[in-house]
Amino acid sequence: MNNGTYDALTSGKTTYRQKIIALAREAENSLDVLNIPLKFSRYFEQGGLCDMGEGNAPYRPRYVMVDFEKFVSQGSAFLRLDPPRDLDELLSSLQILYFHVPSITTMPVYLGNIDTLIDPFLKDLSDEEICGKLKNFLNYIDRTVADGYCHANIGPAGTRAGRLILKMERELQNAVPNLTLKYDPDLTPDDFAEAAILCSLHCANPAICNDRAHKATYQGGYGISSCYNILPLRGGAYTLSRVVLPRLAKMATNVDDFLGALLPDALEGLGEYMNERISFLVEKSNFFQSSFLVKEGLIERERFVGMFGVAGLCNCVNLLLADKGKRYGRDAEADELGDRIMTIISNFAASFPAKYSEIAGGHFLLHAQAGLATDLGVTSGVRIVVGDEPDNLLEHLRHSARFHRFFPTGCSDIFPFDLTARKNPGAILDIVKGAFSLGDKYCAFYAAGGDLVRITGYLVKRSEIEKYDRGEVVLHDTVQNGSSNYKLNRLKDRKVRSTDGSGAGQ
Amino acid sequence: MVRAPVNKILPFSVVDGPGSRVAVFLQGCNFRCAYCHNPETQTLCNSCGICVAGCPSGALALEDGKVTWDEGICLGCDACMAVCPNCSSPKVREMSAGEVYAQVLESLPFVRGLTVSGGECSLYPEFLAELFSLAKLDGLSCLIDCNGGVDLSLYPALVNLCDGVMLDVKSWAPAIHCALTGCGNLVVRKNLVYLAGKDRLEEVRIVCLEREVDAEAAIEGIAEVLGPEKTASLQLKLIRFRRFGVRGRLENTASPGRAYMETIAARAASAGFRRVVVV
Repeated sequence: MNNGTYDALTSGKTTYRQKIIALAREAENSLDVLNIPLKFSRYFEQGGLCDMGEGNAPYRPRYVMVDFEKFVSQGSAFLRLDPPRDLDELLSSLQILYFHVPSITTMPVYLGNIDTLIDPFLKDLSDEEICGKLKNFLNYIDRTVADGYCHANIGPAGTRAGRLILKMERELQNAVPNLTLKYDPDLTPDDFAEAAILCSLHCANPAICNDRAHKATYQGGYGISSCYNILPLRGGAYTLSRVVLPRLAKMATNVDDFLGALLPDALEGLGEYMNERISFLVEKSNFFQSSFLVKEGLIERERFVGMFGVAGLCNCVNLLLADKGKRYGRDAEADELGDRIMTIISNFAASFPAKYSEIAGGHFLLHAQAGLATDLGVTSGVRIVVGDEPDNLLEHLRHSARFHRFFPTGCSDIFPFDLTARKNPGAILDIVKGAFSLGDKYCAFYAAGGDLVRITGYLVKRSEIEKYDRGEVVLHDTVQNGSSNYKLNRLKDRKVRSTDGSGAGQ
Repeated sequence: MVRAPVNKILPFSVVDGPGSRVAVFLQGCNFRCAYCHNPETQTLCNSCGICVAGCPSGALALEDGKVTWDEGICLGCDACMAVCPNCSSPKVREMSAGEVYAQVLESLPFVRGLTVSGGECSLYPEFLAELFSLAKLDGLSCLIDCNGGVDLSLYPALVNLCDGVMLDVKSWAPAIHCALTGCGNLVVRKNLVYLAGKDRLEEVRIVCLEREVDAEAAIEGIAEVLGPEKTASLQLKLIRFRRFGVRGRLENTASPGRAYMETIAARAASAGFRRVVVV
């Protein structure tokens, strides 16, 4: 008997839906259909390369970025839906389509640019009427998708819909969907951006994405999904696999061995493995051949990319320089080594041929992978390990900008602020503007001490983690990941950015 | 270039004016407020040497009759300030406007301007004018955080250069002002009218504490001298007294309650203030 299947089937800590997903995973993993390259296996066994647990037989892309604008304008023959004529029809149509969008989590990870989708349907409605409908819509997503990797976008323009969505976000305090504002100082009014920042200091949503830095990444637009994946609209990501740098560093005899021999060899192993996964998905799984999303032009196979993940640069550098005591984020020599490692990885990705990657010019694209629930000693992407963050936030942001530049498909930082920041969201916006002008690509804020906390990028309620830890069943599957990640990465100890430097008198 | 004693420079602050700003704190003050929350900025070091023994890391020394500070080994514990009987700090540096501005530049592009505070920064008007002249070349906004004890009408060039003054009105009745700060307030009132006339009042602040501060009289007095139009457009910040950092007779005094602050805010509204912030 397969114990994994039996355990999934009889678990007392999962909902029925979570159980079905776990059982599907067991079924998939009973297959052995991939021709796994030896070079990958060697490093995989040591943990230096990681398949992200995507499963043994890829039968749907990891992330699907449906062109919802197109859906709204044409409806769907397969779903027998006409183009919506009013707000009720729009929200209902979107909910129907969301149900049918697959991803690695089974639930949709991208819900569209919801403010621009909604805004044209608002005339003749009062704010109160709209907010009532938005509340139902947002709660529907939170309670049915119920997965923290589900992501909606707003901006860059300031719209009535965008402002009302922010208002409802703050009121509802939901963990799902994750929300990001696409921000461009030329397109986004300051008051809208400040409202978004203030909202994030009350409910940890939205995060802020550097629109100017990302919009040239792909022809034909982009969207943000899951934990900050910047992906082609009407396409997505086939897969995400990653190099776990600190575990690779443990296999090295010295820095030169790591840079000159181990790292290049491992990168090739990862590239070959990703090509194998993509080949199966495109050629054998029949996903692209059978999905109505493809037939109706809501996604195009040619607009999918393979995300080449990088995790734990910080721990890797700290390990390699342990004898000198130099630390990433603290010492120039350590940052310099980090830069060299990233340059090697970046050059590899730019030269290694990736299968079926038309939109990315035939190559994989780097992604700063934010972590797995089970990671210990692996800091997200190129972030600085908790405890070593520079005392000066501005130095931290300069460091971020330097390393964000390597990542077209997503790289981010998370900053908890103390509550004084709520009194001056314009100040946080100034800092965002400065950071983005230096090339920083993405940042998220939340108020320290609140219930909603960002784990690697997704949101979880601490009260839900406590429930899960007590052995109770919880609705959101990401609580399970968040529970262990919160502890392993000491997220409660993130440096809280204090902004209180008040002057004379009192 | 004129030099001024600098207590510290914060690379960014969100509580010293609109947006993100560099905050520069100058040393030395002409008032002795009973509720001062950074009393270590009040006077210049007289090199008595008491702090040297109080330093746990050996960062302080008495050399040729002067206290010296080694920033490299300083732990930043501020024990020196706690033991100083003179309300000063051995870590103050005499800096030129150019040197201070070089540090301001390190915070670009993350800030929209700078705020100079203290101590009392208006004790150094020539320094401020030089610093602001540099900042204006880069288009930064310049604010003065000020107790109003120095007659600013004597420095029209500085007032023209700066973008605004955040002015404390610590009380209204001269006797109460004197009991609270050790000084009268005729000059403060004069500055209030002068700055409003020059369109340089960024905000007016009143620290509220029952039985120590005549906040209601101050609210009405300010409204009366400014007139209805300026009163309506001025930001009035009502600050709840907090004992954090306070030394002396008020160091164990509790903050006023929410109800009291609401009463004061209501009084401000009825006096014609339309932009009242309670912090």
